[in-house]
Amino acid sequence: MPNNLTAWDRVQIVRAQDRPTALDYIDNIFDEFIELHGDRKFSDDKATVCGLARLENTNFTVIAQQKGRNTKENIERNFGMPKPEGYRKSFRFMKQAEKFNRPIITFIDTKGAYPGLGAEERGQGEAIASSMFEMSRLKVPIIVVVIGEGSSGGALAIGVGDKILMLENAIYSILSPEGYASILWKDSGRAKEAAEVMKMTAKDLLDLKVIDKIIKEPKGGAQEDVKKMSEEIKKEIVSSYLSLKDIDEDTLVASRYEKFRNMGEYIRK
Amino acid sequence: MVIDKIKKREEPEEDKKYSKPDIPVGKWIKCEKCKEILYKEIVRENYSVCPNCGNHFRLSSRRRIAQIIDEGTFEEFKLNIETVNPLGMDSYIKKMETIREKTGIDEAVKCGTGNINGEKVVICVMDGNFLMGSMGSVVGEKITYSIEKAIELKLPLIIFSVSGGARMQEGIISLMQMAKTSAAIAKLDEAGLLYISVLTDPTYGGVTASFASLGDIILAEPHAMIGFAGRRVIEQTIKQELPEEFQTSEFLLEHGFIDKVVERKDMKDTIHKLLLLNK
Repeated sequence: MPNNLTAWDRVQIVRAQDRPTALDYIDNIFDEFIELHGDRKFSDDKATVCGLARLENTNFTVIAQQKGRNTKENIERNFGMPKPEGYRKSFRFMKQAEKFNRPIITFIDTKGAYPGLGAEERGQGEAIASSMFEMSRLKVPIIVVVIGEGSSGGALAIGVGDKILMLENAIYSILSPEGYASILWKDSGRAKEAAEVMKMTAKDLLDLKVIDKIIKEPKGGAQEDVKKMSEEIKKEIVSSYLSLKDIDEDTLVASRYEKFRNMGEYIRK
Repeated sequence: MVIDKIKKREEPEEDKKYSKPDIPVGKWIKCEKCKEILYKEIVRENYSVCPNCGNHFRLSSRRRIAQIIDEGTFEEFKLNIETVNPLGMDSYIKKMETIREKTGIDEAVKCGTGNINGEKVVICVMDGNFLMGSMGSVVGEKITYSIEKAIELKLPLIIFSVSGGARMQEGIISLMQMAKTSAAIAKLDEAGLLYISVLTDPTYGGVTASFASLGDIILAEPHAMIGFAGRRVIEQTIKQELPEEFQTSEFLLEHGFIDKVVERKDMKDTIHKLLLLNK
């Protein structure tokens, strides 16, 4: 992959219809996977996929944000934008993972939590807040992989982990570049410019210590070779897991706290 | 950050520069809501609430603290920290300088300890006059520090929120403050300490989606606008008009997301009562 891609180029790459989605990777990475549904409170959010998986003799709980691979799927998946019940569903599975002492893997790929009437009525803000609140103290290892778009609190809601991995062309930001330009400059047409100043690329985020590792993509991007991309992700998941699995609970939770505790760019006057 | 209404319903023009004596610029103010022309002094004596229609004007952090904390007991945490401007935006630093000059406050939240009718608490009060009360590195750090201080001192925590959300000018670092503050609240929770979150007009975005929604008890002022996504964004997304009461405190109460709507004049005594009942 040439290094001279701009942030905006990468925005286009991760939004392209042929960009592999979470389920494409899940199918390739795990030896077994079974999807399980519903938040047991309201409904089953289709933009959030949860299930149990096996990888090299270890069982994992998998939480993924799922975009559609075509228009029909996208409508079904709400374009990968979770509603509150998506976060409540993933929380249910994370709690279960803790109960059975299973490590958790989350895949982030969303342009944000869904801004809708029902979503607000059902507490989108509370759902996101509670998800981060609970993840911060879960007693099992959490590995986060940003595979495509990671925009706003809707992405971070499942991003409070011990190891944060990110695909080379993926983006992770406070908001979409369009939303950013619209708020800061009152002109969503300046999205391209916004993308360049927002520090949303994997390299920027590694420099800012928001992520721990960049996973290289095949030449031309992940869509060129989904199998190879999956292999790379698998390798990094395994190595992250191995580095976490023997850490005792208290140390694990304390280190996760410190990791996020230390995020902030300020100086003492 | 999702607010386009924050400029409305400003509190009555007052001594914005706190170091200066309390001399009002003009004597009259118009209530945005009922359009009544009001004598400022009357409004101020009435907790900055319109005596005609009950509209709650916006409060600066300084005046909020004066209304909630016993006189002479507030001790501010002196962190003396400043953002390093992680996205390197010149306009951001300039903007902050202008706001500091205008308002006399250095950031969008004031934190410290103080007494509420004799009960000692850690209190954080956000200020909508400073970049819409948005949360960047400094706000996130001050809130987190205060939460940790509450744990250390074994004190209840009170946070008054008013915010447009995460601060755009600090990009992803602002976003991460949501995780940072939420994790700190989880720690407070583990320590078995009480957290009362008070939502005031407006509370949106990354603040709604983090510490503001995590109170053991969540109170709100009447008719405050509270939500995750802004009204305009939602209308554009769903292409339909939203009900009038959408995202008001009363709407949230109806949907089960806050414990109680409390008028400003009753806020201090209500918090005091809750502190005693949680002892």
